[in-house]
Amino acid sequence: MSLTAGSRPDGTRPPAAVEEPTAAVATAAAKDQVPRRTGKAGKKGKAGKVPWRVRLRRDRTLILMTLPVIALLLLFNYVPLLGNVVAFQEYDPYASSNGITAIFHSPWVGVEQFSRMFDDPLFWSATKNTIVLFVLQLVLFFPVPIVLALVINSVIRPRVRAVAQAIMYLPHFFSWVLVVTVFQQILGGAGIIAQTLEKHGWSGFDLMTDADLFKYLVIGQAVWKDAGWGIIVFLAALSAVSTDLYEAAAMDGAGRWRRMWHVTLPALRPVIALLLVLRVGDALSVGFEQFLLQRWAVGAGASEVLDTYVWNVGIQNGDFSYAAAVGLIKGVIGVCLVLGANKVAHLLGEQGVYKK
Amino acid sequence: MSLNTQLIRSLKAPPRPAWEEPPSKVGLTAKGGFLLLCCLGVLGPLWIVIVTSLSPKPVIDRVGGLVVIPQGITFINYTELLSGGQVSRAIMVSVGVTLFGTLFSMTVSVLAAYGLSRPGSLGHRFFLMTMMATMFFGAGLIPTYLLVQSLGLTDSYLSLVLPSAVSVFNILVLRAFFMGISPELTESARIDGASDLRILLTIIMPLSRAVLAVISLFYAVGYWSAWFNASIYLSDQEMMPLQNVLIQLVQRNTQAPTGLQQAVHTGQLSALGIQMAVMVLALIPVAVASPFVQRHFKKGMLTGAIKG
Repeated sequence: MSLTAGSRPDGTRPPAAVEEPTAAVATAAAKDQVPRRTGKAGKKGKAGKVPWRVRLRRDRTLILMTLPVIALLLLFNYVPLLGNVVAFQEYDPYASSNGITAIFHSPWVGVEQFSRMFDDPLFWSATKNTIVLFVLQLVLFFPVPIVLALVINSVIRPRVRAVAQAIMYLPHFFSWVLVVTVFQQILGGAGIIAQTLEKHGWSGFDLMTDADLFKYLVIGQAVWKDAGWGIIVFLAALSAVSTDLYEAAAMDGAGRWRRMWHVTLPALRPVIALLLVLRVGDALSVGFEQFLLQRWAVGAGASEVLDTYVWNVGIQNGDFSYAAAVGLIKGVIGVCLVLGANKVAHLLGEQGVYKK
Repeated sequence: MSLNTQLIRSLKAPPRPAWEEPPSKVGLTAKGGFLLLCCLGVLGPLWIVIVTSLSPKPVIDRVGGLVVIPQGITFINYTELLSGGQVSRAIMVSVGVTLFGTLFSMTVSVLAAYGLSRPGSLGHRFFLMTMMATMFFGAGLIPTYLLVQSLGLTDSYLSLVLPSAVSVFNILVLRAFFMGISPELTESARIDGASDLRILLTIIMPLSRAVLAVISLFYAVGYWSAWFNASIYLSDQEMMPLQNVLIQLVQRNTQAPTGLQQAVHTGQLSALGIQMAVMVLALIPVAVASPFVQRHFKKGMLTGAIKG
C-alpha cells in the first residue's frame, strides 16, 4: 500500500477522516450553495439531469411550504412596487370605485411630479434634515456599540456580563412611543428636570421643543434605545477571536492597549465594514416613527425627514402622486447607495453585504 | 451540571491566563463605574416611571411631577385603568393582535424556512432570490397604502397583521438554523417514511426551540410596538391598540383616557399617574419576556447576521 496522505500504513483511517462528515456538514451549513449530503440532496449532485417533473414530485411539499410567504411578499412588496407608476400620473383616488383601478383612469403626466420637487423648498428642507441626521448618526451613534462591546468583553465575570447585557438590551424592545414618552417626561417642559429647575428659580427648560437641539436629542434617544442592542454583533465577533493571538501578542511584549489595537480591532474590521455598508445603504432612512411622533412637539421644520414628508404630502394632504414621486426618488437613491457602498467595500477588500 | 454549582461558578471570576497582566485598581474602578452608569441610565427612567404610576395623587402634586422616591404605594391607577374603559379595551386589542399576528407570522415563516432549507430543490434559488430582493428595496408608503385600501383591509385588524407579517431577515435566521441541524437525523426519519411536515414538527422544531423563541419574541415585540399602521388604516377610535392610546394620552395632551376624565377633574386621580400607569402596562410584557430569551439572542442574531 502506498503511503499517501490520508491513509496510514497500518490501514487505520487518520482521525481527520473520521471527523470528515461533521466538517462537511459544518461547511455545508455555512455556505448556502454547497449541497448537503442527504439522500434527497444526494440526487441533487446531478440535479441538472433530473427532469423537472421528477423534481416537482420530489419537492412539492417544500414548494407548498414556501408559497404562503412568497404570496405575501408578492402581494405586499412586489405589487406596491408596480403601484409606484402613480408617480408618473396625476392620480385621482376617486377616478374609480377602487384605489387600484383608479390608476387606469388617472391621467398620465410624465415626469411633472419629479420636476415639482426642484421648486419645492419643503422637499429640500426635508432632504437637508435627512442628510444632517444621517451624518450625525454615523458620527455620534455608530461608534457607541463598539465601545460598549469592548468594555463588556473585557469583563471576565460571567454573571456581571450577563446582567449588564440584559439591562442594556432591554430598551431595544420598547416601542418608539414609549421611548419618546420617557424622554418627554424627563427632559420635556413638564418633565422632571424642568420641574426641579423651576423650583430653584430657572424656568423655561424644555429640550423636547427646542428645534436646534432636536437633532442631538433624537441621537440621544437612538443611543438609549438601540446602542445596547448593537453590542450583540460585535460581542459575537469578539468571542470568535482566538486566545492564542492575544497570548502571542502578550509574549511579544504587547500591553493591554496594544493588544486591543493590533488584535481586537482588526478582528472587528469585517463586522464594522458590513454594518457601515448597511448603514450607508440605508442612509435616507434615518427613522420614521421616531420623527413622526415628535412632529407635534418640535414642529415640521426641524423634524421633517424624507419619510415623514412622504407621509405628510400623501396620507395627510392626499397628494398621492407627488408623495409617491418623492418616495420613488428616495427608493432609487437607496438602492444605488447599497450597491455603491458594496462596491467600495469590495474595493477595500471587505466582504460587504453580498459576495462578488 | 447542577444549577447550584453553575451559579457559584458564574459568580466567581474565572482564572486569568498567565500571560495577562493583573488589572489595575484604577482601570477596574473606571470600568465598573462606566458599566454602572450605563445600567443606571437605562433603569433610572424606568424606575421613575414605575414609581410615579404607583404614587397617590397628593405625593405627585407635592413633588410637582415625576416621583423618584416612593412614598405611599397605591395601585389605584391600575385598578381604575383595568376595570373596563378605553385602556382595558386597547390592551385586549393589542394582546389579540400580538398573539394572532405572532402565530400567523411564525407559521408562515417556519414553513418557508424549512421549505428553503434544502438547496437544490425545485425553485429553491428563485424563491430565495424573490425573498432576498425585498431586503434591498422598500415598496413605498403610498403604493402600499393604496393597495391596503383597495383590498378593503382598512378598518380591519387584518391591516395590522398582513402587510407586516413577513420579515425576510427572521426567515433567513430560521433557515440558517434549520440547515445547521445534522442531516443524518432527518435522513433516517425520511427512510422510515416520515413526511416533510412530520420531520419539521417532530425533529426540526424540537431541536430549534431556542431560535424559535427568539424569532417569536422579535415578531411579538414588532406587533406589540406597532402603532403607525393602526394610525393610518383604522379610523374607529374604539379599535385602537394600546400604543395609539398612549400617543393620544401623552403626545396630544388629552390627559386622561375617556371614562376617567371625571375622576381626574375632581382631583381623585392624577393625570400624570394615569399616563405613567399606561406606560408601565405597555412595557411590562416586553420587559418580562425579553430577559428569558436573552441568552439565545446571540444565536439568533449570529446565524442571521453572518450567514444571511
